[in-house]
Amino acid sequence: MSSIQINRRNFIKKMAIASAAAAAATLFPGIIFPNDQLKGLPDGDDIQWKKSPCRFCGVGCGLLIGLQNSKAVAVKGDPASAVNKGLCCVKGYHSVLALYGKDRLTQPLIRRDGKLQPATMKEALDLVASKMKDTIAQHGKDSVAIYGSGQWTIPDGYVASKFMKGVIGTNNLEANARLCMASAVTGFMTSFGMDEPMGCYEDFDHADVFVMWGNNMAEMHPVLFSRMLDQRLRRNGVKIIDFATRTTRTSMASDRSILFKPQTDLAVANAICYEILKNNWHNRGFLQKHCVFKSGKTNIGYGLEDNFKFTDEPKDMSLEQFRAFLEDYRPEKVEKLSGVSAKDIKYMASLYGDPNKKVMSVWCMGPNQHTRGTWMNNLIYNIHLLTGKISTPGNSPFSLTGQPSACGTVREVGTLTHALPYGSVDNEKAREKAAKIWGVPVSNISPKPTYHTVEMFRALDRGDIKFIWIQTTNPMVTMPKLKRYRNGAKKEDRFVVVSDVYPTPTTDVADVVLPAAMWIEREGMFGNSERRTQHFEQMLQPQGEAISDAWQMIEVARRMGYEKYFPWTKENHVGKIWEEYYKFHEGDKHGIAPYEVLKKEPGVIWPYVNGKSTKWRYHAKYDPAAKGDSFDFYGKPDGKAWIWARPYEPPPESPDSEYPFWLNTGRVLEHWHSGSMTRRVAVLHQAVPHAYAELHPSDATKLGVKTGDKVKLTSRRGSIVMPASVNERGLPTEGQVFVPFFDESLLINELTLDSFCPISRQPDYKKCAVKVEKA
Amino acid sequence: MPIKSYLALAGENKLEALRTEVLALGCEAIPAENKDVLIVISETKNEEEDKALLEKLNRMKNLRHLTLVSAFAE
Ligand code: SF4
Repeated sequence: MSSIQINRRNFIKKMAIASAAAAAATLFPGIIFPNDQLKGLPDGDDIQWKKSPCRFCGVGCGLLIGLQNSKAVAVKGDPASAVNKGLCCVKGYHSVLALYGKDRLTQPLIRRDGKLQPATMKEALDLVASKMKDTIAQHGKDSVAIYGSGQWTIPDGYVASKFMKGVIGTNNLEANARLCMASAVTGFMTSFGMDEPMGCYEDFDHADVFVMWGNNMAEMHPVLFSRMLDQRLRRNGVKIIDFATRTTRTSMASDRSILFKPQTDLAVANAICYEILKNNWHNRGFLQKHCVFKSGKTNIGYGLEDNFKFTDEPKDMSLEQFRAFLEDYRPEKVEKLSGVSAKDIKYMASLYGDPNKKVMSVWCMGPNQHTRGTWMNNLIYNIHLLTGKISTPGNSPFSLTGQPSACGTVREVGTLTHALPYGSVDNEKAREKAAKIWGVPVSNISPKPTYHTVEMFRALDRGDIKFIWIQTTNPMVTMPKLKRYRNGAKKEDRFVVVSDVYPTPTTDVADVVLPAAMWIEREGMFGNSERRTQHFEQMLQPQGEAISDAWQMIEVARRMGYEKYFPWTKENHVGKIWEEYYKFHEGDKHGIAPYEVLKKEPGVIWPYVNGKSTKWRYHAKYDPAAKGDSFDFYGKPDGKAWIWARPYEPPPESPDSEYPFWLNTGRVLEHWHSGSMTRRVAVLHQAVPHAYAELHPSDATKLGVKTGDKVKLTSRRGSIVMPASVNERGLPTEGQVFVPFFDESLLINELTLDSFCPISRQPDYKKCAVKVEKA
Repeated sequence: MPIKSYLALAGENKLEALRTEVLALGCEAIPAENKDVLIVISETKNEEEDKALLEKLNRMKNLRHLTLVSAFAE
């Protein structure tokens, strides 16, 4: 064997060892291997390494991509990345393999005679542009829509926003982050007046206590979970609490696993506040100077009906009135409702209340995909605000994101119906600013939000929307109450365009399919959970005729006569877009790093002020925008954070005699979202080849089923048959069934309910009622 | 020429015995320091040999569970 071959085999072996170690770290949290055996990957002779954020989750690990002969052949964690410090999870290690699935979409398809048939890119783009134009001419500009993604790069989202809101003049722009992060946004806006976490991942290195609220971090944010476990190994007294509705790998690795009944997290959070005030653990000085108390509307509904409307009405209240409100949430009373013992509630309160402990609360889909998601976010902030544990290293309420650029592309660029790249459409100044930067008349930008995601697909079903362009997302797997929305998309006079990298159930309903350049086949930026923007260059040629989502939209806009708004070239458009976008955020509250800086650094946290990232916001010691010498919650006009009285309210659907089980849906470590990429990576697919219904062993015994036996799940919306899983990966409580949603051949969203939080309009995928039978 | 990595879970206190078995089959083995878990790296000439090896790995006496993590073909 030649020395090059030996090097190559050595290299592959190191890759294999590194991915096994990464998998072990998530399967057996806290596991240690001898360091010398896990030394970094050797540089293969002809392998070139380039930096990129990971394609998959919102942790946003910095990766080094190994390139050889115009192919991506290897991945390692970037030791220079402050996010993951060289670590990587099993999805990250295999991420480049997702580029090379056998059935990558490489050619446009147009539906002719009921069948998707190959076409040229020119033909396809001409058709999309003419359909969009004709639809607007016939039915008005609010009859066309774009539905994008937290996996869009920032330039993709920016082009979509300018195209739809500025140029066409419709607010029919939404992104799938509505389904995962909207409650986090409205939580931040209502409590602080500005979106996104005040802290950063460095909080993991400082906190003494970590409380995970309905967040299976070991599988969903594995690298951050490893950082947390690492802190427990290094420092005495670090405690990890898993507060959840089901027992998972996260629970196994935690110091305490506390289980609550679905929806009752609202009551438990209030009970924690009750205990904090009762024991005088609140920080009086902080409360007086930096907080106000508010109440809002109650019995706010669930959004189950079309055209549902809701507007909150905040009212002032005093600390004493807040105390009186909490009287309903004595731990002993909440114990009955929640199933959490008063002792455990008091224990959690004591951790938050201990003045000598720094506490980090971490959450993601549990509190967000919740019919009271905004309230849940408010309640977690309440706990941190009552104790003054916020905006300083290690004191950090931290809402994590699921997708690699839910923050960067959706929340920062504002690719939601109400938002602009700076501010919201109903704000005159924000509209003026956008119009000036975009060079469009301000009258082009409509002051009225139109449809949030669920309502957008309802409008498509009703026929109010006739044309929809879906990019980098798979709503025909991920929409709740799926059957209605799939039937709607298939109706006669609807025109559906889908841009993606693989065939999916969403491309199945398309009239035109556009092959998209994936991740490092184009240049872009992602923004992760900690306000960090990361740039990646184009490392590979797109496959076949694929082009990036941004460039697809630019091509269509040009064909519609809007060339002057998109005057860039294919080569320079990402840099030019960034220069334009940069103007929206200038200033010390949200300044972003210049393009050249992003290209050099392994990520930059905004606000980026005087050449420095702001790691903690709202405290003068760390944040140049904060006035005075301590806290300044400058998102609100009076500089004060809002503590909200938010009650427990039941979910719209609970188990009953006909449908006696809770259905909870979610993800697994190995698969990314709807599985369209990870199911094409053999190792990830083999690890979890299909969805399953996870049951509690005693329910399984009652039903007479064991792992692998078929069970039939039925809700008021549909039925599905799938294999049972008992005592395997996770353990639901009795009367609960958990199903992952990654499997397009077992569409669990046929059963879920399209109820949503009336404030955030984010659906609740965690709670509906089903019947389970042996099939 | 497939190169694969597996995680092998040993029976209680059987990590060393399992390691010996893995080494005897011509694989590399990296035991964890604090759990009964072993990283196994196999290198075979072709698919057939690979399949035969997997069968042998699965028959190891001290093995509780074997999971494939990654597979690379040259
Ligand atoms: S933790 Fe998330 S970002 Fe990091 S490697 Fe895994 S999937 Fe990628």
